Amino acid sequence: MKQFWKSMLRSPSGVIGLIILVLAISVALFGPMLFPNSPWRMVQRPFLPPFTLSTVPLGTDALGRDVFAGMIFGARVSLLVGLVSTLVALIVGVPIGAMAGYFGGRVDDALMRFTEFFQTIPSFALAIVLVAILQPSIYSIVTSIALVSWPPVARLVRGEVLSLRTREYVQAAVVTGQSNTWIIMREILPNALSPVIVLASLMVATAILLESSLSFLGLGDPNLISWGYMVGAGRTVIRQAWWITVFPGVAILISVLGLNLIGEGLNDALNPRLSREGR
Amino acid sequence: MPKRVLLGLLLACGLTAPTLAQEPKTGGVINAVIQPEPPGLMLAMVQNGPVQMVSGNIFEGLLRYSPKLEPQPELAESWSVSEDAKTYTFKLRKGVTWHDGKPFTAADVLFSIEMLKQTHARARNNLAQVDKVEAPDDYTVVFTLKQPFGPFLGIFEVGSMPMVPKHLYEGTDWKTNPYNNAPVGTGPFMFREWQKGSFIRLVKNPNYHEKGKPYLDEIYWQIIPDAAARSVAYETGKVDVLPGGSVENFDVPRLSKLKDTCVTGAGWEFFSPLAWLWLNNRQGPLADKRVRQAVMYAIDRDFAKDVIWNGLGKVATGPSASTIKYYTDDVKKYPYDPAKAKALLKEAGYKGEKIRLLPLAYGETWQRWGEAVKQNLQDVGINIETIATDVAGGNQKIGDWDYDIAFTYLYQYGDPALGVGRNYVSSAIAKGQMFNNVEGYSNPEIDKLFADGAVATPDSKRKEIYEKAQKILVEDVPVAWMLELQFPTITRCKVKNLITTGIGVNDGFKDAWLDK
Repeated sequence: MKQFWKSMLRSPSGVIGLIILVLAISVALFGPMLFPNSPWRMVQRPFLPPFTLSTVPLGTDALGRDVFAGMIFGARVSLLVGLVSTLVALIVGVPIGAMAGYFGGRVDDALMRFTEFFQTIPSFALAIVLVAILQPSIYSIVTSIALVSWPPVARLVRGEVLSLRTREYVQAAVVTGQSNTWIIMREILPNALSPVIVLASLMVATAILLESSLSFLGLGDPNLISWGYMVGAGRTVIRQAWWITVFPGVAILISVLGLNLIGEGLNDALNPRLSREGR
Repeated sequence: MPKRVLLGLLLACGLTAPTLAQEPKTGGVINAVIQPEPPGLMLAMVQNGPVQMVSGNIFEGLLRYSPKLEPQPELAESWSVSEDAKTYTFKLRKGVTWHDGKPFTAADVLFSIEMLKQTHARARNNLAQVDKVEAPDDYTVVFTLKQPFGPFLGIFEVGSMPMVPKHLYEGTDWKTNPYNNAPVGTGPFMFREWQKGSFIRLVKNPNYHEKGKPYLDEIYWQIIPDAAARSVAYETGKVDVLPGGSVENFDVPRLSKLKDTCVTGAGWEFFSPLAWLWLNNRQGPLADKRVRQAVMYAIDRDFAKDVIWNGLGKVATGPSASTIKYYTDDVKKYPYDPAKAKALLKEAGYKGEKIRLLPLAYGETWQRWGEAVKQNLQDVGINIETIATDVAGGNQKIGDWDYDIAFTYLYQYGDPALGVGRNYVSSAIAKGQMFNNVEGYSNPEIDKLFADGAVATPDSKRKEIYEKAQKILVEDVPVAWMLELQFPTITRCKVKNLITTGIGVNDGFKDAWLDK
């Protein structure tokens, strides 16, 4: 573990990414405490440009709502959706991939065809359809993002498991008569984890983008403010009021960039070949 | 400032256009915006605003109405009223054919009335005073009323009583009739094509019964789901007509200033759209009058007018728009007063039960308005959850009474007996249909007042009755009245004679022509 942090902190992208993520998470956790009011509240006159009033530093939107407050609360939704949907995708994808890789043969065929079924449909289109059918809400958004993002996990895990299960220590475990579940859980998966972690950090970024795109199209949860919603709502007035779209847009950009940098850093830290070179 | 510019333009264009007595030119294609995409085009079955706007050019009614709401001939070329004001005789125009070539006769009128009574909530209400309808010959229709009904001549406009082809609908299941998707009418334009999500194309009816009309060859109703894109489409010349409500309100002053652009507020006299919130009187906290009153006090309607509607329109005082006959503002007032709203909620024992809010899926303005109202209501402690939906889904939910609060705007049709009563009398409670008494308000006194008011004579008596009804309704708050809406129509100035009646764009392309 110490080794991991050491190499993680040695890669500049990882450090920058970590800083951004920690910042974003603390904004999401503690920001709303600084803004007890709902971000939907109309607080000032509409279309107030940024940096004119200290109470609304980033200006107001078409209804006079505080753009800054919206960004703070939006961070919460974006991160929450990103993390939860990634978690759900892992819960679905890892077991499927592990079973396919470990058992091989027909099980593998069946599971992989099933996975491909999801992969052949363009993921964003599928997400839109799912949210539209299920009615937009935070639950349907998380569900649909998870549903479109688990197949790569399954395929990755399958590949790792396929290569790991021919190793001697796995063979040895089989010979000693340990149960399949035990072997998968204790012998194989822990060793297949590093690429999954790297992939997961990138999936969080993708999920944030997906959520933003859905909200931008008006398929967000109407009761929660999110960055994508703010961009979508401000887009029609972009010529009169650029700040309504630009600030949340930048927030999306930075957080997605941060997560990608973390992914890169994790890759450097967890990839045995790369880290050995660095030593 | 922008308001003054707008007013100036209204005067400049609205007044000068008709005085230039130019000879209409034939030919040309017009691109107009339709917002939102209509859920269907069969006017006898669906009557959302955009449906009326497109289908009003395909179908026709017996009459149309001038901006002063005087009846004008359409499918009926003349009409007479008996001495006792109980028998109305309509002479139909001869030589009128449906788009498929079959002749239009009195049999179609009789059939349409029977069908509309089942499919068209407002028509059923309008026809309640009709005892019998007869057709002595192919070109005469006689309506016999149970008792004199003052506003009777006001019910024959195309959106209120569209004529339906008997030979295509009789004996079929109306809901699944294939002609619902390719409607056949008698109007100046024929349905040709509907690329869902893209455009609806109407073409000139060469056999139209008014010789020489229509002047245009084709109309493309462009479906552009995004308000900014609609403005841009006008600026770049892709569309020439922006009917009321099709661009963001804050874009109206900017577009009005463009070159060759004419703006008019005319063409809505017949409708006088009034926006309100349906409040489901049947269930939950909203069944309590005090909670409904609290909703009225909680909502900042001046804010909605000034910010969301950019200063257009007027705060509503009650069930009648101020342009409707017998309107009175001598009713209980509901200023923006959150403290009073909270007090009323407390008195009613509201404990934070969840209340669902259904915004109107008619674009950004309505979405923003939904958000503002939600915030207003939350500020006084009402626990609001917004339900996202599309137009058809919203219609269905409201029609099935599966809502707590829902946005809408309805037309008023000039007379309280036609456009107002239908939303409050208990006989207009019919599940599965929109635009009637979907809030489920039921008050025998109101039922009686509207029943009496419709048939009372003379006018002063009607006035007294309707003023009383308004007072009671405003006290009871069956629905939460928001704003009298104003919808400016923006057109390229080369589009002439588009708005000539009190129905405006809804049947406007019959007379419209392009000055090339």
